Amino acid sequence: MTVEDTARKGKGTVFVRMEVCKGCSYCIDFCPTHALDFSKEFNQKGYHFPELNRPEDCTGCDLCGLFCPDFAIFGARWKDLDEKRQQAASQVKL
Amino acid sequence: MSESLDLRLALAETELENPVLPYLRQDRIPHIWCPGCGIGTSVNCFCRALTDSGLDLNKVAIVSGIGCTGRTAGYLNLDSFHTTHGRAIPFATGLKLGNPELNVVVYSGDGDLFAIGGNHFFHAARRNMDILVICVNNFTYGMTGGQVAPTTPVGPTQTTMPLGNFESPFNLPFIADACGATYVSRWTVYHVRQLAKAMKEALGKKGFRFIEVMSPCPTLYSRRNRLGDGVDQVKYYKESSVIKNGADTKDIGLGFQGEIVVGKFVDRERPTWLESMNDHFSHVLGDQFTPYGVKPEGE
Repeated sequence: MTVEDTARKGKGTVFVRMEVCKGCSYCIDFCPTHALDFSKEFNQKGYHFPELNRPEDCTGCDLCGLFCPDFAIFGARWKDLDEKRQQAASQVKL
Repeated sequence: MSESLDLRLALAETELENPVLPYLRQDRIPHIWCPGCGIGTSVNCFCRALTDSGLDLNKVAIVSGIGCTGRTAGYLNLDSFHTTHGRAIPFATGLKLGNPELNVVVYSGDGDLFAIGGNHFFHAARRNMDILVICVNNFTYGMTGGQVAPTTPVGPTQTTMPLGNFESPFNLPFIADACGATYVSRWTVYHVRQLAKAMKEALGKKGFRFIEVMSPCPTLYSRRNRLGDGVDQVKYYKESSVIKNGADTKDIGLGFQGEIVVGKFVDRERPTWLESMNDHFSHVLGDQFTPYGVKPEGE
C-alpha cells in the first residue's frame, strides 16, 4: 500500500493503488473539494492515475473510494486512522 | 471462508487496505470493464452495503447471467455462480428453495434480465420469490458489440439500428412494480451513497426486491452517440436526475438524454412464495404437512 504522507495538512488523506487505476477520472471530477488531480506519470498500463495535489483540502470523506470502479483509491480521516491503529495495537497486546 | 474473511476485514481496517478488497477475488483483479464503465462503481456500492448490513457472508450467494455485468459473480469473493444467458433468476430460485437460509442476490445486466431472461423475471416477481435482483442498466448489449437492447431509449444509434432506434423501451421499475415486487428503486452510479443505502435496505427485506442501477457504457453507447466519456455520462446523471421517492412507476420511463427520476418507488409487504406454500399446505393438509424452510423454534 501507499505510504502515508508524514505531513498532515488536511483532515484526511487518500490511498491509491496506482497499478490497477484505469484513469476514468471519476474520483477527480466528483471529489467534493477538488483535491485530486491526474498525475503526470503513467502506470504500467499507460493510464494517468490520481494524485492528491491539494492535501489541505482533503476531508477524508471516502467519496472517491465509493466512486472508484477499479477499487484503486479510498479516503480515510486521520482521526479514524489513529483510532483504528490504537485499537489494533491494544488487540495485539492482549 | 468466514473466519479468514473476518480476519482480512479486520486487517483491512488496520493495514490501510482498500475496504472493498476482502470482498474481491484478488487473482481476477483488475477486471475487464472499460475505463469509465459504471459497473465497478455499482459493485463497490454493493460491497459497502454488505459491510453495512452486517450479514453473515457465508449465507450470501450471488448469481449472474451473461454479459459485462454478468462477470460480477466471478469477481466477488462470495459463493457465486455464473449461469447461462438469461437464466440467473431460475438458478437463484432453485438456490433459494434448496437452502432457504441463503440470502440470494441476482446481479446482472438489462440484456440478460429483460431480453432473454424476461419471462423468468416476470414470474419470479409474480410468485414473490425471496431474492434481490440488481439490474445494471447501460441501455445496450455491451459485451456483444452494442446491439439494441430492450431498454435502449428511442433515438440513439446502435449497431443494429444505424439510423437510430425507433422501438419503445421497457420501463424497468414499472414492470417490477406491476409484477408485484416488494421493493423497487432506481439509482444511477452518480448516487453512490444512496445506492449503497438502497442495497443495504433491500438486503434486509423479504420478497422479490428490484434495484435498477443506471450505468454509462462509454465504449459502445456513449461513443456511438457522441455522448462523451463515461464521466460525461455520469455528469449528465448528476444534472438531469430528480429524486422522487414514492413516485408513480408508470410516469418514470427514460428518454434519450432526458430527465431521470430516481428514488425508492415501492416498499410493501407481501407473503413470499415459501410462506404462501407453507400456509396453503398447512391449511389443506393440516398436521400431515411439515412446513419447509422455517427455522425451528428457539433458534
